[in-house]
Amino acid sequence: MPLLDVRELSVVFQRKGTKPFTAVDRVSFAVEPGETVGLVGESGCGKSVTSLAIMGLLPRRGNKVTGEVRFEDTDLLKLRPQDLRDRRGRDIGMIFQDPLSSLNPVIPLGLQVAEVLERHQGKTRQAALREARGLLDAVGIPDPARRLKEFPHQLSGGMRQRALIAIALACKPRLLIADEPTTALDVTVQAQILALLKELVDQSGTALVMITHDLGVVAGLCDTVNVLYAGRVVERAGRHALFGDPRHPYTHGLLQSVPRLDADRGGRLHQIRGSVNDNIPWSEGCAFAPRCDRVVDDCIGETVPLEPTSRGGALRCTNPVPQEVPA
Amino acid sequence: MVRVVSRRLIQLFVTLIALMTLVFFWLRSLPGGPVDALLGERATPQTRELLTRALGYDQPIWVQYGRFLKNVVTGDFGNSIRTGEPVTDVISRSFPATIELAVAAIIIAVGLGIPLGYLAARYRGRLLDNATIIVTLIGISIPIFFLGYLLKDWLTQGIHFFPPSGRISTGMDNTDVTGFFVLDGLLTREFDASADALWHLVLPAVTLATIPLAIIVRITRASVLDVLDEDYIRTADAKGLRNATIRKRHVLRNALLPVVTTIGLQTGALLAGAVLTEKVYNWGGLGTLITDSISGGRDYPVLQALILLAAVVFIVVNLLVDLSYAIIDPRVRVQ
Repeated sequence: MPLLDVRELSVVFQRKGTKPFTAVDRVSFAVEPGETVGLVGESGCGKSVTSLAIMGLLPRRGNKVTGEVRFEDTDLLKLRPQDLRDRRGRDIGMIFQDPLSSLNPVIPLGLQVAEVLERHQGKTRQAALREARGLLDAVGIPDPARRLKEFPHQLSGGMRQRALIAIALACKPRLLIADEPTTALDVTVQAQILALLKELVDQSGTALVMITHDLGVVAGLCDTVNVLYAGRVVERAGRHALFGDPRHPYTHGLLQSVPRLDADRGGRLHQIRGSVNDNIPWSEGCAFAPRCDRVVDDCIGETVPLEPTSRGGALRCTNPVPQEVPA
Repeated sequence: MVRVVSRRLIQLFVTLIALMTLVFFWLRSLPGGPVDALLGERATPQTRELLTRALGYDQPIWVQYGRFLKNVVTGDFGNSIRTGEPVTDVISRSFPATIELAVAAIIIAVGLGIPLGYLAARYRGRLLDNATIIVTLIGISIPIFFLGYLLKDWLTQGIHFFPPSGRISTGMDNTDVTGFFVLDGLLTREFDASADALWHLVLPAVTLATIPLAIIVRITRASVLDVLDEDYIRTADAKGLRNATIRKRHVLRNALLPVVTTIGLQTGALLAGAVLTEKVYNWGGLGTLITDSISGGRDYPVLQALILLAAVVFIVVNLLVDLSYAIIDPRVRVQ
């Protein structure tokens, strides 16, 4: 049984006087215990909204969330807000994109770590702070005893992200959701943070949902990858299958867009033409069709279904990139 | 901390010197003067000259200025032209009345303003919020003297709920220790005097508090709404913290920063508002003194001292604001 089973999750933003906007459109995916699953896509494809919907962190007004988010036996979407509060931070931890703005500037780091332990494990302030010191040490923050008393602005970007990881993992959650955890960091620091995440996840057997637009992150970390486009999953595959043999033209395009060292220096970099905004509603065909190189007449007209593939993944495409014949 | 304070004290000193100079020349550039005011239009040139010389106004202005500066540095502000008493005596008699009034107004404005602003933000878009927005708009727009007379008319004339004027009932046998009547009553255990003074304080304090109150409510509301949108509040939510913890620990402290600044700035407005309020309620404080000193004789020494005092109060309050800023926000703390 999967640890997290997201079924037909939809998020519709509704504001008075504007057309409802479907940010996440019947997205389904599952995460097995200890597995690392990637949600990949361009800005605006709905990956962050998906994670916020799973955590119940979307603003209470102006949106409608439907579908199911089964965590073990419970549908998180059906929980009362206070019951969900009991689970957030304890069963599911979350790491955010910008480590500076995600930490409270006026509260010492120690308390920001310790308060999770106080809340979910009923520890006293003193005991929680003692454990917080160990946690900071475990995520590789040097001199943790001193850092406990410091404030976020006194830490470097990498330190802050380490602290956020310590907070998210404090209660040993079974699931960790990381929403672009390395986007705001230097490349060298990115690598360190990813290595740390991988190590911690492997050690503790925590399942990880990795949300990113960075294919390098996916290649290094994820077991299974879901590629999202305009709010829907367009391709799902194992890491090797996806990188070695992408079937959806969008996935293919994304991989092609990564600049290569062995390419001609004078050659043009590959890009997917158009932007995310050039799409058609899923109900009228494939949303990617206007930007697709392989578009055929059948792409437009009716919804393209997400169909299981022979290699255990899924694909939503009428005219997929042909499978490479093993030589 | 010591360095910050000492630097601010030096700033204070420089500001005061500049202000004294400005006030000195500004007052003397106004048409009329103490001599005209004291003697009236029909005085003979001889009497005018006599008085001018007696007051020292016949000397070149820079000599007068030098003497003024020298006296101020030694703490001598001269004597009131109107009454002949030392200026320090005149002011220290009125000072406690105004401070009592201002402190009461600040307590009302802050004590009511922060919780109200916070609740409005919490129930954003609902009845309480909308009502707060409308009422505070009225509060900001209504002139103090108008509101003062209105309250006085409603609550002291028809139903005699509050005393219409003064700081304490005539015939109340209270002992004067500090000049703060409410405090004096407590110190001397004359609790009836304390209660009576407090009762007299209600209407003037409410009148004076309306504008700062309305502004503090609005700033608090806006600031809380800003903070609720911050990423770290989302982090706190993701930790599963209880709402009460999030509000108390994460929202309030961050939201207070702009509010504290506003409180400091409003103190200045409070001093100005006190002039009008004191007039309406016949409150014998600095506001009354300043109007009397301008209209009743161009009392240069008193006016100079009063303006300096106002500046000192304003600067000290803002120094306190800066210090409390450092307590709330570690980012502005000086290592």
